[in-house]
Amino acid sequence: MAATQDKLIIAGREFSSRLIIGTGKYETYQQNADALTASGADIVTVAVRRVNLTNPDEPLLVDFIDPKKTVYLPNTAGCFTGEDAVRTLRLAREAGGWDLVKLEVLSDPKHLYPDMEETMRAAKLLIADGFEVMVYCSDDPVFARKLEDLGCAAIMPLGAPIGSGLGIQNQVNIRLIVEQTSVPVIVDAGVGTASDAAIAMELGCDGVLMNTAIAEAKDPILMAKAMKHAVKAGRQAYLAGRMPRKKYADPSSPLAGLI
Amino acid sequence: MQLIINGETYADLKTDMSMLDLLSHLNLPKAKIAVERNKEIVPKSSYATIVLQDGDILEIITFIGGG
Repeated sequence: MAATQDKLIIAGREFSSRLIIGTGKYETYQQNADALTASGADIVTVAVRRVNLTNPDEPLLVDFIDPKKTVYLPNTAGCFTGEDAVRTLRLAREAGGWDLVKLEVLSDPKHLYPDMEETMRAAKLLIADGFEVMVYCSDDPVFARKLEDLGCAAIMPLGAPIGSGLGIQNQVNIRLIVEQTSVPVIVDAGVGTASDAAIAMELGCDGVLMNTAIAEAKDPILMAKAMKHAVKAGRQAYLAGRMPRKKYADPSSPLAGLI
Repeated sequence: MQLIINGETYADLKTDMSMLDLLSHLNLPKAKIAVERNKEIVPKSSYATIVLQDGDILEIITFIGGG
């Protein structure tokens, strides 16, 4: 089947899953690791923070999710300027030794919308520094185009505010971004349940990135499985090509030859 | 000597400590962290040769859960 060779390629790297999951908000790192297994994801987003000096024996994420088997995508969450983002990711590169990163420069904590001016500035700095930048952005096709022109490795528009679980709020914009973009487009943020992920994929997105939808489900492991299926189903439906929408009914059984 | 590590003051540290000495003093696993010294990244390959100076400001980070 064609779908088995249907790989996600970001900055020349091949991934078999189109689902990227976060590692925040889980009850334990063990639960997170179990959700990762259930989701089938190849990539996890991670944050960069000061080590706990008072308790160096505290469990570390790397003890539960092996960075040799799962690609760590360090993010810049919590950074509000381009300089903060660059500083954080340079440290992440030294800690992990890889250059694929998720850039997010946020603005107001109330809605966590990306500050697109700062995001653009940070993207330039990071690309000049040799990073492969997957960029969290607004669902504005104009900025998406500008970020692609800068050389970002993936364009990651929000579906809805981070952690809101409201689903894809502006399907028209996501579709416009998909149509105009030649690097992968990954919906990042806003997915609440499996159907939201399927919609993103049916719109032609190359992947979906989610954290809260899995971590804050009543049963995160089961939701991780559901998301795996939703992303696959949405992708296959997109590749299959949906039927046209019609205004009136069209019988499935022939009307001719009725007794 | 005195260092500022992750915003905290560490006084009475031995002088002429290398970065590697400090990491083992703090019980930190070298492979799982990264260090910034006075806003410059310290390459892992130079931990053994870098000698810390009184007043150095260090940031030591690791990966944690995030979205």
